[in-house]
Amino acid sequence: MGKISNQELIQKISSKFADRVSTFSEPMGLLTFETSKEEIIEVLTFLKNDLDFNFLTDITGIHYPEQEMPIGVIYHLHSFRQNVRVRIKVFLEEQNPSIPTAFNLWRGADWMERETYDFFGVQFEGHPDLRRILNMDDMVAFPMRKEFPLEDPNRVDKKDFFFGR
Amino acid sequence: MSDIKLAEAPPGIEGSGFFATSFDKVVGLARANSLWPLPFATSCCGIEFMATMGAHYDLARFGSERPSFSPRQADMLLVMGTIAKKMAPVLRQVYIQMAEPRWVIAVGACATSGGIFDSYSVLQGIDEVIPVDVYVPGCPPRPEAILSGVLRLQDLVRNEPMRRRNSDEYKELLNKYGIQ
Repeated sequence: MGKISNQELIQKISSKFADRVSTFSEPMGLLTFETSKEEIIEVLTFLKNDLDFNFLTDITGIHYPEQEMPIGVIYHLHSFRQNVRVRIKVFLEEQNPSIPTAFNLWRGADWMERETYDFFGVQFEGHPDLRRILNMDDMVAFPMRKEFPLEDPNRVDKKDFFFGR
Repeated sequence: MSDIKLAEAPPGIEGSGFFATSFDKVVGLARANSLWPLPFATSCCGIEFMATMGAHYDLARFGSERPSFSPRQADMLLVMGTIAKKMAPVLRQVYIQMAEPRWVIAVGACATSGGIFDSYSVLQGIDEVIPVDVYVPGCPPRPEAILSGVLRLQDLVRNEPMRRRNSDEYKELLNKYGIQ
């Protein structure tokens, strides 16, 4: 099988999901579209089983505080046989964002979802073991959200006092 | 004849068939010249330490011939590299596993102060979790600087009173870190 074009993919996805997917774009040639948390598992299942996107490259998050739906969950899929990738974005509300888990489609989603939970606080419903993976267990904040200060508040050697201010 | 230089005897009173000095000085001499290092290397400072242990700089010249990879038999903990907050309990556990007397050298900017990693995830200096005897500056420090740090530590060890580890001040220091 050769490489499938983005236009073909858009056509196949649109004819299946119609207005349940939106905002198609191709930044740097990478097909990108948005969907909702109600549709995401159906979209992923369709891509995996019918369009042969066998590999889940990554699940990650993003935070745009100025948007109405500020927390994003981003899926990257790769089809080895067709040599093509897609990116799917789902935006969620800021308070207690939650989305169904992709663990049942790809076991590799386990740690990716834990990481997204760790840094953005997204609850993945149905995940078998959703706890922090990289940060300390006793951390209470979600550090990649924009309101979180990145600098360590315990550090004293940068205080103005030491610079005569 | 070999040109091996022996450690100089401490000052004392010498006569025919005897030599008298204080016990502190003899023990200090022995300890200072057989500091067994425990490298706790997490990043680039560890690479400099490898050079320090190698043939060219040869830390073994100063009595640190045997790097101990078990904390139980080590005297000198060398912390080299960035310590993430998640790593802090591990470092603390390693320190607790070491037997007294034990000393700690913080090698490089990260172990000393967090260095360039002024971040929520990085420990801002290992002296937040364990007491430190000598700080070596540099990012990373040259092997000469690490050697200098070890020599400064030898000065501390040589002059440490026997009673220090039983003193109230020392217990208070450890209590401050929550170590019994």
